[in-house]
Amino acid sequence: MTTTNPAVLQAESGTSSPGSGRPVRTKPRSPFGIIAWIVGLLFVSPVLWMVFISLHSESDAASNPPKFTAPLTLQGYREFFGSGGGQSPWPSLFNSVTASLVSTLLVLLLAIPAAYALSIRPVRKWTDVMFFFLSTKMLPAVAGLLPIYLIAQKWHMLDNVWLLVLIYATMNLPIAVWMMRSFLAEVPVEMLEAASIDGARLPTILTRIIAPVAMPGIAATALICFIFSWNELLFAKVLTAVVAQTSPVFLTGFITSQGLFLAKVCAAATIISLPVLAAGFAAQDKLVQGLSLGAVK
Amino acid sequence: MTTVIKPPTPTSGSSRTAEAGQPGQARRTSDWARRAPLLPALVFMILVTQLPFVATLVISFLRWNALRPELGKKFTGFGNYRDVLGDADFRSSILFTIVLTVTVVLVSLFLGLLIALLLDRNFRGRGIVRTMLIAPFLIVPVASALLWKHALLNPVYGLFNGMLTAIWKLFGSDNPPQPDWITNHPRLAVEMSLIWQWTPFMMLILLAGLQSRPGDTLEAANVDGATGWQVFRFLTLPHLRQYLELGGLLGSIYVVQNFDAVFVITSGSQGTANLPYSIYNIFFTAHDYGRASAAGVIVVIGSIIIATFALRVVSSLFTEENR
Repeated sequence: MTTTNPAVLQAESGTSSPGSGRPVRTKPRSPFGIIAWIVGLLFVSPVLWMVFISLHSESDAASNPPKFTAPLTLQGYREFFGSGGGQSPWPSLFNSVTASLVSTLLVLLLAIPAAYALSIRPVRKWTDVMFFFLSTKMLPAVAGLLPIYLIAQKWHMLDNVWLLVLIYATMNLPIAVWMMRSFLAEVPVEMLEAASIDGARLPTILTRIIAPVAMPGIAATALICFIFSWNELLFAKVLTAVVAQTSPVFLTGFITSQGLFLAKVCAAATIISLPVLAAGFAAQDKLVQGLSLGAVK
Repeated sequence: MTTVIKPPTPTSGSSRTAEAGQPGQARRTSDWARRAPLLPALVFMILVTQLPFVATLVISFLRWNALRPELGKKFTGFGNYRDVLGDADFRSSILFTIVLTVTVVLVSLFLGLLIALLLDRNFRGRGIVRTMLIAPFLIVPVASALLWKHALLNPVYGLFNGMLTAIWKLFGSDNPPQPDWITNHPRLAVEMSLIWQWTPFMMLILLAGLQSRPGDTLEAANVDGATGWQVFRFLTLPHLRQYLELGGLLGSIYVVQNFDAVFVITSGSQGTANLPYSIYNIFFTAHDYGRASAAGVIVVIGSIIIATFALRVVSSLFTEENR
């Protein structure tokens, strides 16, 4: 590229000790970007490793030291979906989808009107109501496990996915109320006042003024409720057996066979995490506001 | 712009609340019109959270073991509480729950703060790095626990020991150390997997905090010749305090209830049983309903004390700041 006199180069490097006195031609790039990249890769590497291992044969997956050049195969995924003669994951995936989607719908049906009554036309002592909702989140869920089990047993609701729908709705309702309140609080008061002075009726106000502002918030709330329901293990483990078991329960009972199973487990973990990864990345912009119950924007 | 979970001050909503001067009948009607949308959620929540707790309270005073129906259900007073608190394993699980929560929350907050400070700078591919950092939080907790147990920490074929072998081979040694991570450090194994999952959460909250710093103050500080450390210590850190508290509070709410990591990675062996796991065990394995309920009541009382204390500390800090 550039033709430099080797003698000059020689002289230059001879006179200045490397690192200290060498003349700096361009501003050195900030090391922070590089450190951030290293940290980012470090944190994501277990996830990448999981996907990488899931694409290998069992013997390659279990090699030590790891083989980075082994041929890729979908064998792990095939076995996860039941080609090896094990239990099929489809019923549990279907149960997870049902429990997560229906409970999320139920939560939204209850939380949106409640949030309306806590922000746009607030009831008296609405802060107390907010703190009641938050306090239920601080109580350990495990303390309610036994009575719920006993009631379900009495009403023949054990191993029934609709019971999980109710439980997940309970689990997520406080989060959704807090989130939705913070999103609805963003609806400008002046617009509401102007609309009611102009004689707009409630349905018009709801669809024309509130809905456009609240829609992204509703979507983010739904995605976060979906994630928490999809992830839940303890209640699903105790309250379901064969018929209504969800994916996390299926995953815990997955390693029963003898022999190597690492690729299969990683394939299973990847498949079951995919909906959450998709939902999380879709809600990325609103993730902080959602996870902080609307406190941080 | 940003507010933190605190009792939202009544003044902020007062312009929207009902006028007090209306005549009684109309006011009552309008009050109920306001309450109506709230009621379904409120009634649902009271029914499904408070009633089970009353049941737990009642059962905690009964001798009731489902495996021994011949004993029947009998009132035993505080017998179950004596049994539970006299059980060394249960006491150790109380202690480990505290250790686990404090360790995971503090380490995640610290790492989250460092990473948030990095991400607050401008560099190429910042969006990609942010996305990579969120990923651990978006792995299903059971899947993450399985990943740590089998793919990372397994002594024979886990990535950790695999890397040790590879590095030792690089230097021509055939005798790399191959520690059995989970057996030797069971608590550390659980903590590491949880720290990995919760650091992104803290990072997101703290990054939002950093990006909400008023730019003009920072500029003024730079003009006045403040060093980077001074800006951090006297401007950034005080501003971040409410975000640190919020992250700590929310992280604690979730980590204290963790069940998945303990259940999958160690099954509560070697002193890694935390309270949710212990209660699950008394109930689901020993089928001692009376004791499980007593343990549940103890945990609820403990949570109420700690939650009240935590909220008081948080709100006292808040009023101090506003003085």
